[in-house]
Amino acid sequence: MILQALAFYLFAFVAVASGVMVISSRNPVHSVLFLILAFFNGAGLFVLMGAEFLAMILVVVYVGAVAVLFLFVVMMLDINYVEMRKGFLQYLPVGGLIGLILLVELTFVVGAWVAAPAAGTVASIPIAPPEQVHNTRALGNVIYTDYIYLFQAAGLVLLVAMVGAIVLTLRQREGVRRQSIAGQIGRKRADSIELKDVPRGSGV
Amino acid sequence: MISLDLTSALPEVFLACAAMVLLMLGVFRRAGSTRLVLVLTVVVLAVALLLIVFSPDDRALAFNGLFVTDNFTAYMKVLVLLGAALTIGMSLGYIEREQMDRFEFPVLMLFATLGMLAMVSANDLISLYLGLELQSLSLYVITAFRRDTVRSSEAGLKYFVLGALSSGMLLYGSSMVYGFAGSTNFEALAEVLAADLAFDRTPSLGLIVGLVFLLAGLAFKVSAVPFHMWTPDVYEGAPTPVTAFLASAPKVAAMALIVRVMVGPFGDLFEQWQQIVVVISIGSMVLGAFAAINQTNIKRLMAYSSIGHMGYVLVGLAAGTEAGVLGIVVYLAIYLIMNIGTFACILCMSQEGRMVERIEDLKGLGKSNPLMALAMTILMFSMAGIPPLAGFFGKYFVFLAAIEAGLYALAVIGVLASVVGAFYYVRIVKLMYFEEPAEVLDRPIGAVLRLMITGTSLAMVLFLLVAGPVVGGAGAAAAALFAG
Repeated sequence: MILQALAFYLFAFVAVASGVMVISSRNPVHSVLFLILAFFNGAGLFVLMGAEFLAMILVVVYVGAVAVLFLFVVMMLDINYVEMRKGFLQYLPVGGLIGLILLVELTFVVGAWVAAPAAGTVASIPIAPPEQVHNTRALGNVIYTDYIYLFQAAGLVLLVAMVGAIVLTLRQREGVRRQSIAGQIGRKRADSIELKDVPRGSGV
Repeated sequence: MISLDLTSALPEVFLACAAMVLLMLGVFRRAGSTRLVLVLTVVVLAVALLLIVFSPDDRALAFNGLFVTDNFTAYMKVLVLLGAALTIGMSLGYIEREQMDRFEFPVLMLFATLGMLAMVSANDLISLYLGLELQSLSLYVITAFRRDTVRSSEAGLKYFVLGALSSGMLLYGSSMVYGFAGSTNFEALAEVLAADLAFDRTPSLGLIVGLVFLLAGLAFKVSAVPFHMWTPDVYEGAPTPVTAFLASAPKVAAMALIVRVMVGPFGDLFEQWQQIVVVISIGSMVLGAFAAINQTNIKRLMAYSSIGHMGYVLVGLAAGTEAGVLGIVVYLAIYLIMNIGTFACILCMSQEGRMVERIEDLKGLGKSNPLMALAMTILMFSMAGIPPLAGFFGKYFVFLAAIEAGLYALAVIGVLASVVGAFYYVRIVKLMYFEEPAEVLDRPIGAVLRLMITGTSLAMVLFLLVAGPVVGGAGAAAAALFAG
């Protein structure tokens, strides 16, 4: 038990600390690396809670794909961060004021927070205890059975995003050389090889 | 436990499959398939319309209670599909002339329409959000469809950034509501809130803040004041058929969504949201009336006009009664047809083959094309709400509901705003008949557009003949919403 608590505090502390580093480090590449560290610790926290499937997914998807993609984007795009921060001071008073107002409002809301007394009874998808259903199955039930409509709708949203990105950015350029597999296979020996009798001593 | 009932979602499933098939068709046929895909899109929409018309009327839930169909959704979906089919149909000539005829255009419009149907049928905050995003995302792309012109890309970007902000507000509000009620399902929400209010009469502060954010996010989608800033720029910058599309079907869908959310799950918080709706309604009506006066671009003018119209529609919601919802439904039906007719006229505005959009370009239309000028006059008078044209009846029903609900001040402000609004509609008529043209508009205007203009203006004049079924259907739709 004490080991578990220690592990929790270790993961939690490193996750929060690396989160702070993500937004405070000057070098964007370092930020992404700290983000990966934060993901790893998040995965550790999931394992402690008994959600091992989520933990693995977090490592595979976020660390393996998303964070690496971020890294590529940060390295490939030559964004001038000094230039981006130029307007920062100019907008700081207005933005700060709005942020302050929202913060005060939030304090009021959280201070007076009550959940409806009937809220517990209507919670639509009760969480199955991990001893009865292992969590891959529980997640699958929620995503592919209970919320299949939302899953499919989200799929359509992503399809539209993909089509939209292609529509807005793809340009048909002239003179682009593309691979034509049929052309490559259908090529005859006679099309590409020519035998020449070279007279001795005179070159081709 | 409600089972997965696909039959009541048949039109949506059909539309989704058809959209993907058409996408494939366009991809594999490459160049020159735009016309085919566009015509097929209209056919698909017509089939979906028939599926809805011949579907059973009683209330049914599908997909585990995430999706609802009843008389209200059926009526609204018919309006959405009609608006989408007509605006897509009339865009063909324009996109071919302006070299933006790529097959993705009708396909994206089809996806947007699918999103609207999902919005209308939403019975859960999550399905509401996903429908809204499917619709908005497609609309952002088709707004920026002419990516080589600065105005179109600027409009698309502006729409995207502000739309993302409004989605954020909506989600923030939803999460607060969820935190309070423990569910996102509309029926469960209604139950919890009713039980809570019966327990003690003051609703929780967090819930009200959530409701306000939710309403702000939705008001953005119908471009009600003070969330209207994007409308004139986006309407002006978007290609004209896209503007016609933006001003018709999405407005109907978003308004249907607001009505369902406010009357359904939050019906017991009527006192809380009524004051907000009254304020944004007055704001929209007044701004729509005054800001349109100085416009020189007809698409900007139509943007302010649509802001004003949304204000009138919200009057019906502020009443919060069945009569109010009936007024909303009738108003939206008339607004849709009126708007499509007007945009069909705007699509005819070209001089020597290039599109023009200044109001001055309509000068002398009464002499150069008397029939089109007559149709435009009918549509403008209808927009202004002059009896016995259709536009009058829309306003009549919403104001009647407001007066019955005791909102006299709101009704009076609405009538005054529509008098001010009449000024700029009548100004267009004056320009057409009493001023000499600098340059005449092109003729002929094409068979599709001629048919649209004739049909819509006849519908405005002969509204009294079809008023029975339109109002009767709206009554059934409103009753369905108040049945539960």
